[in-house]
Amino acid sequence: MISIVANHWQDLLYGLGQTLLCSILALFFSLIIGSLFAIFEVVPNKFLRIIARVYIEIFRNIPLLVITMFFYVVVPMFFVKVNGFTAGTIGLTIYTSAFIAETVRSGIQSVDPGQMEGARANGMTFSQAMRYVVLPQAFKIVIPPLGNQFINLVKNSSVLAFVAGFDLMYQGNTIASTTFDTLNSYFVVGILYLVITMPLSYYMRYLEKRLD
Amino acid sequence: MQNFINAYSWVNIHYLLEGLWITLEVSAVSIVFSYILGAILGLIRYINVKYLSAIVGFVIDLIRNLPLLLIIFFTYFGLPNIGIRLNPIWSSILAMTIFESAMLAEIIRSGIGAVDPGQMEGARANGLTYWQAMWHIVLPQAQKKMIPTIVSQFISLIKDTSLATIIVLPDLMYHAQIIYGQNSNYILPMFVALAVMYFVVCYMLSILSHYLEKRLA
Amino acid sequence: MKKIIRYLGLLTSLCALVMILSSCGSKAATSNESVLKTAESNNTIVWGVKADTKLFGLMDVKDSKIKGFDVDMARAITKQMLGPSGKASFIQVSSQTRIPLLKNGNIDAIIATMTITPAREKAVDFSDHYFNAGQSLMVKKGSPIKNVKDLDKKGTQVLAVTGANSVANFQKVAPKAKVLELQDYAQALQALKSGQGEALTTDNGILLGMAAQNPGYQVVGGTFTKEPYGIAVNKGQKPFVNKINQALQQLRENGEYDRIVKKWFGNIAGFNYKEAEK
Repeated sequence: MISIVANHWQDLLYGLGQTLLCSILALFFSLIIGSLFAIFEVVPNKFLRIIARVYIEIFRNIPLLVITMFFYVVVPMFFVKVNGFTAGTIGLTIYTSAFIAETVRSGIQSVDPGQMEGARANGMTFSQAMRYVVLPQAFKIVIPPLGNQFINLVKNSSVLAFVAGFDLMYQGNTIASTTFDTLNSYFVVGILYLVITMPLSYYMRYLEKRLD
Repeated sequence: MQNFINAYSWVNIHYLLEGLWITLEVSAVSIVFSYILGAILGLIRYINVKYLSAIVGFVIDLIRNLPLLLIIFFTYFGLPNIGIRLNPIWSSILAMTIFESAMLAEIIRSGIGAVDPGQMEGARANGLTYWQAMWHIVLPQAQKKMIPTIVSQFISLIKDTSLATIIVLPDLMYHAQIIYGQNSNYILPMFVALAVMYFVVCYMLSILSHYLEKRLA
Repeated sequence: MKKIIRYLGLLTSLCALVMILSSCGSKAATSNESVLKTAESNNTIVWGVKADTKLFGLMDVKDSKIKGFDVDMARAITKQMLGPSGKASFIQVSSQTRIPLLKNGNIDAIIATMTITPAREKAVDFSDHYFNAGQSLMVKKGSPIKNVKDLDKKGTQVLAVTGANSVANFQKVAPKAKVLELQDYAQALQALKSGQGEALTTDNGILLGMAAQNPGYQVVGGTFTKEPYGIAVNKGQKPFVNKINQALQQLRENGEYDRIVKKWFGNIAGFNYKEAEK
């Protein structure tokens, strides 16, 4: 195990960086897209509600690997070239945004409807009330579940290994198949994943407790 | 269009359905196992047995924080070192079971925790033992609240079986790859088929979950 | 403070757990049961073969059987070793999974376009070579790339398969190019078609098989390495290796080997099967 770290620390560090970068990018974009669809779901407009519902149901029910491979293999055949890292990040963003939409929607719905009414009564438009009154409260509620989504993102980013995305899992595969020391290679990779996810998940649990 | 017609020949569809069958088989067996194991682990976590609960909790946290892909590698490449040899199907089932039961244990623990403690006290006051009260009063109520979360976990499980193509599990994803690997005109039709098949299976499950939720509520 | 102590406690126990697991992991790597004896008593040899490699081992969607040169060779060797009633059973492997599976004992032997290399010989034992391939390149027709030297530039991306030695070979001759490793040949071919890299590099036999099926692509630049394929067997199974070598020798003598090579490579344009047989 020590020899793997000693000989391949550069690859591992690079992989860790790619994993983190991809997870952060995907979190950022899926937050935007997810919140957008969450708002679509609560606005008084049937058309937007249907669009949001369809988007969420489709991408919650198709494997991440299928979405990612679609961008890696199918999209370049008809449109533009997408490299492995980008395909993985797009796949993760779309997949996660469907889950984040659900989380944010339930957050919005758990904010007392009186808040919205009160804000409207005070002369705010729907979108102003949403933006300044409801959403800030909703986000406070959904921070722990969003944190858990980020942990899922880090774990799910291992899908990059399928599309040569140079993430941690890809480096693990490469190291395992050049050193033939399969178990120890994956042990090292596992520990590196835990270094990111474990503290995060304890912190989220702490936040959850504090919110209760 | 011609590509689609050729791609959906009976031979190919049959081959895809074979893959779908493996996906369903692996998922169904894993769902049963992980539900049982998850419930046991969740209970151990909830009732707080000294040391045991802490250890179980720590192991659950470890598993929950690792990518499923890594757990698949460990069951396929690691276990034979201690004398357990499994084919890709059983390795996948085992990996899914380990991963999902850890996920479910957390859901079940917090589900039981969310039941009003007054229920337990009331039942005990009426002469039920702890386990009777747990089994007849607390668990059914917890279950009702947990159903949507548990079912969406099962949906994740079905989707995640696609990751096991990496250890050459002949599932839906792998079979689709074999078909489009031999003729790249079939790529788009195969992805459409993949999306539709996975969607139908998973969406049916989520409809079932809504139905159960309403029935039990 | 208490929290920090608890956290440290958890971390140390995690490290301890990993140490224990990894130490028992590396100990049991070579088993001492005789593969030959088990094979003889079960009258079956379990072969690891590819299912995504045209000409060598390719899944036939019609009957879910794997077909190819490696598969036919495995059958012939099994019959030669165990007698006419001997059964060959096949497990699909990828370049990434084949060595772990062999070391685990999930399969008895690998016959999956596997080149005999010094690095691999540290992990497994090889039979005599049964096929001579050489690494080459496949590109889109009309591509400016004519040989491996054209790829030795910064910014060039080349596709290969995880676990194949073509990665290391290629990096030796074209160190400036970046290699993207994919899961198997089918995926690598799709990646080439999607423009993920300028060329796909692996052994000529495999590439010619792909090019025959994909008219828009061609094999260029000849071969830049020698890739003798061998049958891999776990360490410490000398009797099994000897028996395989003996069977190979007999197959070469009785003409069966020649027949199988001609069956798969006789009509492949640009492939000198006489060279491969040497």
